[in-house]
Order: sequence, then C-alpha cells, then structure tokens
Amino acid sequence: MAESPATKEADGEEVCRSLKNGLKPERNGSARSLHRNRKRQNDRRCQADEEEEEEEETTPQHDSLYSRPFTESFEETPMLVAVLTNVGYVILIIFGYLRDLLRHWKIEQRHIAREKEEQKDFVPLYRDFQNFYTRNLYMRIRDNWNRPICSVPGAKMDLMDRTSHDYNWTFEYNGRTMKDVINLGSYNYLGFAENTGPCADSAAQVVRTYGIGVASTRQEIGNLDKHEEMEKQVAKFLGVESAMAFGMGFATNSMNIPALVGKGCLILSDELNHTSLVLGARLSGATIRVFKHNNMQCLEKLLSEAIIYGQPRTHRPWKKILIVVEGIYSMEGSIVRLPEVITLKKRYKAYLYLDEAHSIGALGHRGRGVVDYFDLDPRDVDVLMGTFTKSFGAAGGYIAGKRELIEYLRSHSHSAVYAASMSPPVVEQIITSMKCIMGDDGTSIGCKRLQQLAENTTYFRRRLREMGFIIYGNDDSPVIPMMLYMPAKIGAFGREMLKKNIGVVVVGFPATSLVESRARFCISAAHSKEILDTALSAISEVGDVLQLKYSRRLTQNAPSAHLFAENMFEDIDD
Amino acid sequence: MAAGQQWVLVEMVQAFYEAPAYHLILEGILILWIVRLLFFSKTYKPHETYKLTEKEKEDLIEEWQPEPLVPPVSKDHPSLNYDVVTGPPSHKIIINGKECTNFASFNFLGLLDSDRVKDKALASLKKYGVGTCGPRGFYGTFDVHLELESRLAKFMRTEEAIIYSYGFATIASAIPAYSKRGDIIFVDEAACFSIQKGLQASRSFIKYFKHNDMEDLERLLKEQELEDQKNPRKARVTRKFIVVEGLYINTADVCPLPELVRLKYKYKVRIFLEESMSFGVLGEHGKGVTEHFGVNIDDIDLISANMENAVASIGGFCCGRSFVIDHQRLSGQGYCFSASLPPMLAAAAIEALSIMEEDPEIFSVLKRRCSQVHQALQGIPGLKLVGVPFSPALHLQLERSSGCRSSDLQLLRSIVDHCLDRHVALTVARYLEKEERFMPPPSIRVVVTVEQTDEDIQKAVSCIREAASIFLR
Repeated sequence: MAESPATKEADGEEVCRSLKNGLKPERNGSARSLHRNRKRQNDRRCQADEEEEEEEETTPQHDSLYSRPFTESFEETPMLVAVLTNVGYVILIIFGYLRDLLRHWKIEQRHIAREKEEQKDFVPLYRDFQNFYTRNLYMRIRDNWNRPICSVPGAKMDLMDRTSHDYNWTFEYNGRTMKDVINLGSYNYLGFAENTGPCADSAAQVVRTYGIGVASTRQEIGNLDKHEEMEKQVAKFLGVESAMAFGMGFATNSMNIPALVGKGCLILSDELNHTSLVLGARLSGATIRVFKHNNMQCLEKLLSEAIIYGQPRTHRPWKKILIVVEGIYSMEGSIVRLPEVITLKKRYKAYLYLDEAHSIGALGHRGRGVVDYFDLDPRDVDVLMGTFTKSFGAAGGYIAGKRELIEYLRSHSHSAVYAASMSPPVVEQIITSMKCIMGDDGTSIGCKRLQQLAENTTYFRRRLREMGFIIYGNDDSPVIPMMLYMPAKIGAFGREMLKKNIGVVVVGFPATSLVESRARFCISAAHSKEILDTALSAISEVGDVLQLKYSRRLTQNAPSAHLFAENMFEDIDD
Repeated sequence: MAAGQQWVLVEMVQAFYEAPAYHLILEGILILWIVRLLFFSKTYKPHETYKLTEKEKEDLIEEWQPEPLVPPVSKDHPSLNYDVVTGPPSHKIIINGKECTNFASFNFLGLLDSDRVKDKALASLKKYGVGTCGPRGFYGTFDVHLELESRLAKFMRTEEAIIYSYGFATIASAIPAYSKRGDIIFVDEAACFSIQKGLQASRSFIKYFKHNDMEDLERLLKEQELEDQKNPRKARVTRKFIVVEGLYINTADVCPLPELVRLKYKYKVRIFLEESMSFGVLGEHGKGVTEHFGVNIDDIDLISANMENAVASIGGFCCGRSFVIDHQRLSGQGYCFSASLPPMLAAAAIEALSIMEEDPEIFSVLKRRCSQVHQALQGIPGLKLVGVPFSPALHLQLERSSGCRSSDLQLLRSIVDHCLDRHVALTVARYLEKEERFMPPPSIRVVVTVEQTDEDIQKAVSCIREAASIFLR
C-alpha cells in the first residue's frame, strides 16, 4: 500500500490531462504527427501495436538522442478483465456496506481500536467513512504487507511466521520462522544488503570507533569527517562538482525542493512522481502543473505555454521553471526519457530535478544511474537527487550538482540546520559500497554485479513476457511490475507465492489506479540463475492457477519481438 | 378564452392582408437583416486580437530569462563552512583538530559512548547488515522494529508506538496524518521547526498563541467556541488540535501540561506533544513531561519524540492509544513511503531503553547536573541565561542586543570560538532566518550531559565568563 505515486492532485493545481484541445502545430510539426499524437492520448497504454506499423513509415528524428534502443511497453488492459475487475470492486463494496451494517447492529464483532470513553464527544479524529476501504478491503488481504523479516534482506530472507485468528485484525507470532524465502521485494539491486564482506566489516569498524548516533546537526556540531569524505565520494561517483547527503531519502525531496523554488516559480511534475516529490513541491509554495507520465509532448506544451503566458492572473513571467522527474518510476518500471527532457530543458531554459531513488546504481554500465544509462553529461542535470537505501544497502539521500547549488543547500537546507546528521556506520556503508561499484577497492566485484543485474533483468523480463504475463515498463528496468488487475488476485498471488517460499510485493489501489493492481518484482544482482528459475516456474504455476497470463501480444505477433527493440516514439520539436 | 385567442389570430391574419406593400417589404428586409446578423456576420472576438503568432511565441520563449536556480552564497556566509569533527562526537570531541569537552551535542545521557549500545548494534549488524532496502510495507519490517515499538510502548506505558526512520520527519508526518484542510491547530509560537513543517504540510488553519501563555490560548479557544456556535454544522467536522513541545528546544522551558489538559477537556481539543528534548530527560524514569507533571499519559492524544538526543541513535517515534497511532501506519507519509530504520540503529535504541529502564538513577544525576550548570551560568555580565533549571539544553542570550542580528551572532560566535580555543565545545543555536515563523533571539546553546564532571562544568563556565568579559563590554 506504500509508495503511492500520489496521483491525486490538490485543488488549484492544474493538471494537463488532455492534449487534444489547444494543441497547435509546432514549427515543423506535421498534421500527421498531430494525428498520431491524439491517437496515443486516447489510450497511452495501447500504443504497442500501432507503433510497430508506424515505425515503418517514419524515421524518428530524435533517434540520435538515444544511445541505445529505448523500449518501453504498457500493454492495454483487456476489456473483459477491466470489466470483471470493476465488478469485483463493486461486490467488495457491497459486502463492505453489509458488514458495516452488521457491525453497527453488533452482530459482527468490531475489532478496530475504539476512541477513549471521555473523548467520545470530541470531533472524530478520522471519519469512519474514510476508513471504509481499509476496514473492508485492505483488511482482507493485509497479511501480504508488513511481513516482518528476521535476516539480511538479501537474495533469500527469513520471514517471521505469523497467524491471525481474527481475519487479519491482529497477528500472532509463534516464534517460528520461514527459512530461505526468495526475496523478490527488497530494493537490493546490487546486492549490497549483506552482513559479511568488506562493507559490513568496515561498518562494524566504524561502530567501534565512532558509535551509532551523532546527536547534533550538520551546522552545529554534527559534521563528522566521515560525512565530508562520503560527500566527496558521491560527487566523484556522479561526476559533478559537489554533493550533500541527508539522513532520509524521503526528506531529501520534501525538504530541499522548498529550498530551490518558491512563490512565483513553476514546478512541472510527472503525474507518477513519488509522494516525497509531491510533498516537497507543495511545501515549496510554487505553482505545480502535472504532465502525463513520460509524455514529452505534454511537457513541451506546458513549458512553452508557461513561458508565453506567464503566471496566471498576474501574467508576470515565471521566476524559474523546475522540471521534476524520476529516473525509474517505482510502480511502472519505466525509465524517464532523459535525452528528450534535457533537450527540452535546454531549449526552454528550465531547470531539471532528477530523482534517481531507484535508478542510481541500478542503471548504466558504470552504475551511475539514468544519466550514465543514456551516456549523457551529468552536468546537464541541474539537481541530481538519489537515495542510498536501495542499491547501496544503506539509508539516506543525496543531492548533487554544481558547487553553487550545494553551497546554497549547505547554508539553507532545512535538514542541515534542524535534523540530526547521518549515523557514521551508515555513512561508512555508503563509502565502501560506492567504492566497490567504482572499482576503487581494487576488485571487479562491483563491475560484475552491475553486469549480473543487467543480465538478470533482461532474463527475468524476457521469461515473464514469454510466459504470457503483462509486464509494464522499460526492458532495462530492474523494477518489474506484473499485472494482476483483480482485487481478489492481489491477495491470492501474494499468498500462493509465499506458500512456494517466495516473497513478492503486491500493490493495489491507492498506490495504483483501481484497475491496475499489480505484483512488483525487484531484481537483484544477488539473485542467481537458479533462484530466478525457481521463482519463474513458481510464478508460472501460480499464474496458471490464477489465470494471470493476460497478454495477447504473444499470440498476435510472436515472431516480431525484435520490432520492440526499435524506438517507438516520434520526434519532438528540435 | 380559447375562442378569444383564436379571434386574435384571425385578426392578425386579416391585418397581414390589409397591410400596405411597402410595410411588408420593410419587415421582410428587417427579418433578413436579423438572419444575417445572427449567422453571417463576423462577430467581434476580443481574443483574436490578442492571439500570438508563432513568431511572437518563439520570440517570447527566446526572450525569457529565468532567475538562477539558487542565489549565490557569499564565501564568508556564517553557515557555509561547517566545523569538522574528527572521530566520535562523544564527551571528548575533536573539533577542527582541537580536543574539547562537549557542551554542544544532545547526548544527555552519554549513551553515545556506551559500549553496551555499540555491542548490540554490532550484533545486529552481523545479523542484518546495514540497510533495510525497503519501506515498512514491503519487507522492510524487521523483528527489531517490532521489538523497539513494543519496548517504546511499554516504556511510555501507552498502547502503541510507531517508529520513523528520521527524527525530523516524525512530528512533521504525524500532524498532517490527522489534521487536514479545514481543521484548526492551536500552536505555541516557540514551536520547533519540524512542527512548523508539519503544520505547513497539513494545510490546516494555524492559530498561534503566545509562548506558554494559557490565557492567550484560552482566548483563542473561546473565540473558536463562539465561531462554532454560529456554525455548529461545520464545527461538527472541524478537528481541533493543540500542538506543544514538552521542553522547548528554542526557549528551554517546559509547557504547562496540566493546564493544557484542563483546556483540552473543556474545549474538546486534542493535544499533540513533541518531546524530543524531554524524552529520556524529565521525570523520575525519563518518560518525559507527562511524568514530570504527573499527568496521565492517556490524556495526551499523541506524543512524539526523536531518538537522536537522549537515546543517541537515529529516528523518531510516536506513541499513544492504538486508536490514534494505528492511523499513521497507512497515513503517515514519512512512515509509509520511506525506507525503514536500519536495524542496527533500532537495536541500539532498544539497548538504550534497557539502560534507561535498569538505571533510573541516571535521570536524577542529569537533573542535578542541569541545576548545577544553571546555577553556575547565572550572572555572567552581558549574557542572559534562558531556560528552566532542569533543562539540559540552555540558551545564553545577549543581555543587550546591538539591534542587528548578524552582528549579535558574530559576537556570540566569537565567544564560542574563544571557548573552543580553550577546549570547550559550544555552539551557536542555528536557525533558518527566512523560514522561521517567529525567530528566536540569537543564543549560545549549552548542553548538559551526565558525563560532564564538576571540573568540566567549572572550566566551561569560567571560559564563558572570560570570553564574555573580553567581547561584551
């Protein structure tokens, strides 16, 4: 239920939902490209088939922007499945109301925690109605989330066995553990979640010498030499002038965007941006406009309109425009169209904020994120943000970029002034794992892991697609969403997989749209081929039982797999 | 009636026949004119004249120059160059190469140096590694997290506790989990920055009352009560909260909790209490300001604190009744959407709690030290001591401000530097001047820990006295 891309926008924030109206032919934009453009909006997810035909007649001009094939697919939801899914929700909601009625008449026992007697006449803390979804839908399958683990979150993990005697309202731990559950859920892309090896050893050493906490802020007396060392390392790793680290990835976004933009500035944000980016944008006080996911036409339209018409009502020009995108979108598995974003940002003189939470370490032949993946210059991105939680197996986040930017943040960041600095062993984990990726530790372990991750990703994605599952996202993204659609299948898939000793993440509304419930696999370099094969055969078996092999692509164009390897989006305007 | 109408119609037709030809022609022309006006005329569209041509648009895009992403920071900005600490930030701390006695880190109980804590953290590191690689929902919940939550709940004697991976994000996430647009929050003017961020994220109506002034608060509550009587329908769905700190970090004094609880029940407002400075400090067992005043902890709706001060780990927690706390597990943004706390840090916090439980004597030692320092810092010429005698983080403000904040800060900074040269580590309390709602006056923060000996305190105080006599004449 976590990781909602927060598609809900606040009132007052303008949303570019449709391009149909008001889209004008650009300088050299042809009517045909306009026409095709419209087709896509009618359903952005149905492009796969039509693209193939179109590719033959057009040669995309921006091919040169991409150093490698950019293949991303979002197969259309089959109509029957969509209808059945909605029917499923209707049934669940009807039963929900029925059971609420039974609870009201005290026929069914109420498990939910109650308000204190003395405070019964206070304004309710949250309305009962608000919790309808939680109480009647989420509670049925709550056992699929928050599963406690009691080992390293590596390729395999141990889960605590838990049972519920009251339909998931409470859990009892019987002290037993499920050993060696295959972990397809943790963001352990490069396998640095380890309790042995050089990273763990040097972290242990730092615990001995430095201790655990810091008990002060960076600006006061909590700026350790370790922090400075790590920041230099991060800057070197990313190939930029300077970097600054923060204790929490979420807060890195939500506390630093307000330091960069404010009133009179415009934020152009992808509709699927992570909650932390949305929160940061809101806290900043800037105007927020949302463009459709990874849709460069929409972004360009918003950019040009913003510059031409200025701020609403006052018509003053915007002070600055900040484009906020993510490297890999954690729920879609898609990769940002960075070359195009950079072209646009340069043309319109906007600034670019790139959140590499999932992509740093996981993409690029040197593991340096989406910039490396596209072989671009990191200096073209104004604000490089990322987290240490995922690929580095640590915690926290960073912001990197030009010296002036970091100097400004060092003196104006909320976190540097008010929040405790990072724990030294965590910092040490970042330093050692980053050195390993860079090959500065004198080994080729990091390099091998990067290769392994890329291989695993391609293999896993290919096999799943061959089996006939609908897989979203980019071919090179280690985040692999597999569509489940129906609410009942969310719970069923999670439980059946656990029975086969495989831990998977399943997500439904509100983290996704109502219809597009999915399972999400995160591939790691630590997964061996056997592990992946075991997992794949289990997924296939469960998929057969639950009838999850929705894809119709296989039957339609089995031999044309190579066609996907072509660039399927048309040119932008430059 | 029907007959009459028919007669009129007949009469009209008759009139039509009898009318002269020129009249009919004129009317015909008029009708044609109207038709033309309606359908064939070019109406006046004001927009069209404003429409920009492609060329003009291009020019506008060409012309627009954004402000720089960040304004330039001058090289001598006071907060640009941080002091560098080499080695552990413990009782003896090496700042910029100088070994000092630490009077600046919030390491109240000295647990930063505890070998017991380090051992537990190491054992945890051996078992779990460093990171959690996931949010709580997706295999980021470790058994140590569950243990820490139940231990915290037990320690505070509340039904439930929830942990966050970052102290700052704790109250900043907890407030917007409950208080939404349209709700009302009454908050003390001296509230710390993370509370202010929580208020901002909640988008509720914020009403500030004067620091620790219960009459002012009651006045606001009464005003609201009158407002509610006018519109009872709206009042029934408007949640009201009081947000206060137990021990204020900015003023080093304590909130009048019993009075707040009285107001809570009188005006039916919920209380959120931020205890980052008082948790593990106040009360016989370190339970904080509720224990200090002997207030029933169930009367406080939510208590939040970070584990970065007395507990000397990282992260924060909220505790209270399950009815309240459980809501955060799906609505606390900093909880749901962030990676969970590294298990070794949770293990360290558990061990710190054990130490606190085993040896409550530590809190009376701290209290004694606090009053000792409070006593010793009295009457330094030019400096004014702010704070209650049992507060472990006191403020020394200038008795007479020069009127200019930066020159005041410069003065205080030179006192701090003077002490640093004499191996006493102090710090100027840092704030973001543009962001704070009510800017506290500049001050030097003096932090008391149980590790400081009589000699340390004596030395520190004489250093400050000496510096004050040099710089503040």
